[in-house]
Amino acid sequence: MVDATIPANTRTDAEPRGAKPKRALSGRNIMIYGTLLVFSLYYLLPLWVMVMTSLKGMPEIRMGNIFAPPVEITFEPWVKAWSQACTGLNCDGLSRGFWNSVQILIPSVILSIVVASVNGYALTFWKFKGSDIFFTILIFGAFIPYQVMLYPIVILLREMGLYGSLWGLVLVHTIFGMPILTLLFRNYFSTIPEELFKAARVDGAGFWSIYAKILMPMSLPIFVVAIILQVTGIWNDFLFGVVYTKPDLYPMTVQLNNIVNSVQGVKEYNVNMAATLLTGLVPLFIYFVSGKLFVRGIAAGAVKG
Amino acid sequence: MTNSIEVKDLTLNFGAISVLKNMNLDVAEGEFVVLLGPSGCGKSTLLNCLAGLLEITDGQIFIKGKNVTWAEPNERGIGMVFQSYALYPQMTVRGNLSFGLKNAKVPRAEIEAKVARAAEILQIGPLLDRKPAALSGGQRQRVAIGRALVRDVDVFLFDEPLSNLDAKLRSELRVEIKRLHAQLKNTMVYVTHDQIEALTLADRIAVMRGGIIQQLAAPQEIYNRPANLFVAGFIGSPSMNFLHGSTVDGGQAFRLGDLTLSLAAYEGGMIGTRDKVILGLRPEHLLVQETAEPGVTIPATVELDEPMGADSLVWLQAAGTQMSVRVPVERRMAPGTPVHLKVDMAKASLFDATSEIRI
Repeated sequence: MVDATIPANTRTDAEPRGAKPKRALSGRNIMIYGTLLVFSLYYLLPLWVMVMTSLKGMPEIRMGNIFAPPVEITFEPWVKAWSQACTGLNCDGLSRGFWNSVQILIPSVILSIVVASVNGYALTFWKFKGSDIFFTILIFGAFIPYQVMLYPIVILLREMGLYGSLWGLVLVHTIFGMPILTLLFRNYFSTIPEELFKAARVDGAGFWSIYAKILMPMSLPIFVVAIILQVTGIWNDFLFGVVYTKPDLYPMTVQLNNIVNSVQGVKEYNVNMAATLLTGLVPLFIYFVSGKLFVRGIAAGAVKG
Repeated sequence: MTNSIEVKDLTLNFGAISVLKNMNLDVAEGEFVVLLGPSGCGKSTLLNCLAGLLEITDGQIFIKGKNVTWAEPNERGIGMVFQSYALYPQMTVRGNLSFGLKNAKVPRAEIEAKVARAAEILQIGPLLDRKPAALSGGQRQRVAIGRALVRDVDVFLFDEPLSNLDAKLRSELRVEIKRLHAQLKNTMVYVTHDQIEALTLADRIAVMRGGIIQQLAAPQEIYNRPANLFVAGFIGSPSMNFLHGSTVDGGQAFRLGDLTLSLAAYEGGMIGTRDKVILGLRPEHLLVQETAEPGVTIPATVELDEPMGADSLVWLQAAGTQMSVRVPVERRMAPGTPVHLKVDMAKASLFDATSEIRI
């Protein structure tokens, strides 16, 4: 054993020893936190204005000063936006659009992720003749502008008898989500060692069994990423919603636009603000709930993919 | 004796690249065969073909007399152990061991009995409820072996199972695999690029290069009587010393410049007079001595010595090339010392320089 005592001359307190002390108010820290503060203000200000305006009555709004907090807090605009605001002939507020969006969202997210993850799985582990060409074509699809395909798809849906229905829109979302989601899943699955797949085959697991019992449980982060991408993407979609459905079935975003842009009567800024905030709540909720997993999944997909 | 594995005219092409060329291999029941070769020689590919994980281009594979050429991996009666362990990370050790049995719809009680037996043989009983992440490398490899063990397979396939382990653990598990083979008496095919593993474990070694088996023989045979120049150079560390010369007097002697060595003691075929031959001498088949003996010794000059613990390796300049000789570690030699190397011709190998085949 080495002698544990340290020579005395190394122990003087005047000499630097241990962790180097750090100053809290260094120039570097002031720069970093100052910049962060400015940027967070910049991003938070619009939200502040929206929330404050949505809690004011119309007389107070007319007095100007959009940054001031409300003198008298009222939730009237929120109630009106949810259940009474008029779009065209309907006067049941955003609630109809909300439920439409939910009915579009859930099957679209599930269907697109199931299809794309199986695609990615097959393209990674069950390569067939021409699978690389197939993948290239699929990815190429992601680069074709939506506008080019809008009208052909209208005809396609009409021929299939799905035009103007929610299921038509679900189908469109599934198809358009496929290239990017397949890429996402394929990249993630290709980080999984092939020997694992081989071991499962030697153990007698088949195509679906390997997918469900081996790969799915290992791939939670990438499923979370896919869910977030799809939920926010489909929820915020406007173009497909307005083109492929009819007024009764308009998703929330389309209805929000109709409320905010209605030309009759006075502009009710507070109701518009409340309606906008209501529409944004779903993606916001998803980010808050899954933020940590999202970052993990993105990092896993990006670094190794 | 029946053959456990028979490979007949196996050919595998990846596009235009030919990976395995018309390969034939018979493995006897209970035999331990090691496929040895440098990277890219096709040894792992051959193993994957045996396992049914790769589709072959031509030929046939029989396991236990049954033609399994088109059979799925789980229908072949094989178990496989991989280099990266390939344990299912989300399952416990118990889950890993029983996954194959569950897929085969084995009754629950039977699964438990088999898992318990495998755990006992491999001494992993206390680890059964842990996840693979909580195991050390050696423990993981044991579980991977257990996964093949529970399925009562006829043939074990090992794909470089010890390459990811550190040196100490590797030699421990090597002994354990040998013990396991003695206990279970299964047929085992083992892929490695480590010649120590091959020499210690194998009943027979198949040395491969470029998708062709160069020599298939018992370890001692491969070591002492390599079939060609490649096998001679690949097996043995440090590798065999090669002297490029010719044979004279109808094959009575080997000549290189002024040097003449008698081939009277050489055990081989008809030597004859040949213009270009290569004489292969292993470092341990040379003896360092002070006196010259005509026809038996090579004059040499010491360059440096490397003490290696048990013995010492001496590098010398002799017959115009660098040669290495193994000597007892106590015998230190100063650079520049002139010595003579006595050749044990009975253990030498002579190759035709053109065909590179042993004479």
